[in-house]
Amino acid sequence: MRRMMAAIVALVLLAAPAVHAVQPDEIMSDPAKEARARELSRELRCMVCQNQSIDDSDAPLARDLRLLVRERIAAGDSNSQVVDFLVARYGEFVLLKPRFERQTMLLWLLAPLLLAGGGVALWWQNRRRARSGAAGAASPLTPDEEARLAALMSDDATSR
Amino acid sequence: MIAEAGHYALVLALALALIQSFVPVIGARLRDPALMNVARSTALAQLLFVGASFIALVTLHVISDFSVANVYENSHSMKPLIYKITGVWGNHEGSMLLWVSILALFGGLVAAFGNNLPLSLRAHVLAVQAWIASAFYLFILITSNPFLRIVNPPIEGRDLNPVLQDIGLAVHPPMLYLGYVGFSISFSFAIAALIEGRIDAAWARWVRPWTLVAWIFLTLGIAMGSYWAYYELGWGGWWFWDPVENASLMPWLAGTALLHSALVMEKRDALKVWTILLSILTFSLSLLGTFLVRSGVITSVHAFANDPTRGVFILLILCLFIGGSLSLFAARAPSLKQGGLFAPISREGALVLNNLLLTVACAVVLFGTLYPLAMEVLFDFKMSVGAPFYNLSFVPLFALLLIAVPFGPMLAWKRGDLLGVTQRLLAAGVAGLVVVAIVWAWTRGGSALAPLAIGLGVFVVAGAATDLAERTGLFRLPFVTALHRARGLPRSTWGGALAHAGLGIALIGVVCETTWNSEYIATMKPNDVAQVAGYDLKLDGLLERQGPNYREMVAQFSVSRGRDALSVMTPSKRSFTTRGSSTTEAALLTRGASQLYISLGDVTADGAIAVRIYHKPMVLLIWWGPVLMAFGGILSLSDRRLRVGAPKPARAKQRLQPAE
Repeated sequence: MRRMMAAIVALVLLAAPAVHAVQPDEIMSDPAKEARARELSRELRCMVCQNQSIDDSDAPLARDLRLLVRERIAAGDSNSQVVDFLVARYGEFVLLKPRFERQTMLLWLLAPLLLAGGGVALWWQNRRRARSGAAGAASPLTPDEEARLAALMSDDATSR
Repeated sequence: MIAEAGHYALVLALALALIQSFVPVIGARLRDPALMNVARSTALAQLLFVGASFIALVTLHVISDFSVANVYENSHSMKPLIYKITGVWGNHEGSMLLWVSILALFGGLVAAFGNNLPLSLRAHVLAVQAWIASAFYLFILITSNPFLRIVNPPIEGRDLNPVLQDIGLAVHPPMLYLGYVGFSISFSFAIAALIEGRIDAAWARWVRPWTLVAWIFLTLGIAMGSYWAYYELGWGGWWFWDPVENASLMPWLAGTALLHSALVMEKRDALKVWTILLSILTFSLSLLGTFLVRSGVITSVHAFANDPTRGVFILLILCLFIGGSLSLFAARAPSLKQGGLFAPISREGALVLNNLLLTVACAVVLFGTLYPLAMEVLFDFKMSVGAPFYNLSFVPLFALLLIAVPFGPMLAWKRGDLLGVTQRLLAAGVAGLVVVAIVWAWTRGGSALAPLAIGLGVFVVAGAATDLAERTGLFRLPFVTALHRARGLPRSTWGGALAHAGLGIALIGVVCETTWNSEYIATMKPNDVAQVAGYDLKLDGLLERQGPNYREMVAQFSVSRGRDALSVMTPSKRSFTTRGSSTTEAALLTRGASQLYISLGDVTADGAIAVRIYHKPMVLLIWWGPVLMAFGGILSLSDRRLRVGAPKPARAKQRLQPAE
């Protein structure tokens, strides 16, 4: 919730309890495992919050999830095992970084596709323009244009 | 009485906007100058009435008239005066009123200073402004009237959300809105050009400064919001890829692209159609942002479905304007004349690349924001898109862009010499590589990405400096000549170089903060000492204090480094009685561009307190960068070429008259 405030202050009115995310009593004694837990926490969503990771959130649910992550790490799970465990329990919604799957393929491929598509479109347009440009420079005036030009010139001459 | 007057003024503004929507267009059709000139008077009158309406709401808040629902819900008689005023736009209704006030302000500015515009162009521009204004006046009057009364007025108000009681709120939303709404001008100009079916020199001369003004405000607004989040929310984050933040980032990305394509159009008469499309897209994204934030669709699709009046209304406005303008574009754009040929390797080509990368980056943010919504609505598939996604998709695009940035301004128009530019940028490249090596050696291994990114930042800054040095002939010519030439350089050149350097500086700040941020989380008792990044922070004690509308608990820390006592830091926690909520007031100690950051947690039973202490190296660069960018924008705006516009023959004649 607090994040929303971060962006456009004026707009949302939600009471934001100001406590901290990771509490001192949650921290694991092994710094390497704690670092892994923090890293994982940053990629897991606090499901009752507004687009907030469990590492940032102060909601009770986020605390439960943080403790759960640490429990699994303490039990010897690898990072991907922890993530699989949480996805099995809470669904894809819990992942802030969506997995590359059928439903999310478009999302992940968007940037490369657009970049390639834009590049091709530009190349094509440039080629077309270069051709028509070269042709346009060489083409003489149409009789119509000649007449208009003559009219303009004589107009100019008489007004002086 | 004041409330009713404010309400009535708003209704009158709507009536004026409706007149302004149609009469000038008819006038342009009939080529009737009198009818076309109606736009000017109505735009000014509209500004007057909306201004009156806004002042009425401010007055109601200042005098704490709790018989007005909006004041009752968002104010409190004990609230400091400044927050009574800023609280006006700290809520939905008030912020929409601010939105239309700023829209009217921009319309009024075009009316007042648009004397050198072709009459029909001005009429069309102001008419399009009035279409937007009418839609939003209707929205406010029908769904979000800030002047509604309560039958039995309560004695005391419910106070403003404490998080919003901060000086950041005074500045951030108005800045952001000046940016958002400022893009309506280039939108209106684009639509007017499409209606008229031609784009002339006056068009380009006008659109660029207005886009620049909007862009400056949006840049500062976003930076302000980010800094405000950083110090107020109490966990030291400054960007979260939140949908609401994305809503402001998208117009910024599109607006930055627009700024650059407008440059090509002004100087080289090329990219006309693309500039028009970008003008439409930029303002459409501003509208989309307004929809995302105002409708509550982000919070949850269900919240939106439960109270859909507001959301559906804005959605209608959105479809009408985006759909309408894009259809008009599709119909008219092919008939617009394309001009200005250029080779792929040229300044124009570089600006096209800039536009490609910025639009793709913008599309990534747009998709990331809307994709989960679409999946949930269409396939009932719940998913999240958060910071890790953007780090993987958005960041590489920006890295590409930053590599290209120093090359752009140094390439020649029409046909550039990439090899030559590369040679001239060699020094900047070497500077970047040296920094990479130093940082990498200094951090001894670790991630190779951070030193590379810092090197890129240095390259961008050094590239901007090289550009200026090349243009002034520094190192080639005698120093005095170079100085003279520096003075003669157009201010827009200085502005562009500074803005580009700002990008590099911000990048360095971002990388340092995210990579070498140190953190200390613990419970501390008085006289405990925390050691963070070479600093010793001793907790001297806790004390309670009474503020105007809150109680706070203050912790006092003595900060020292080695044997030198540096300063005292006093983070606090405030409890606001009316709303029963609390805020964390972090304490910041600035050392150069780095900061120490302390925020407080809960007190435990045995009198210890949970604290979070951060050392954030170079963190201030994150905001100095955008400030420098905005300053570059202001410099560019003050360029004589943009200020003067078209010549005014009448005045020139007067000046020639002999003295008596």
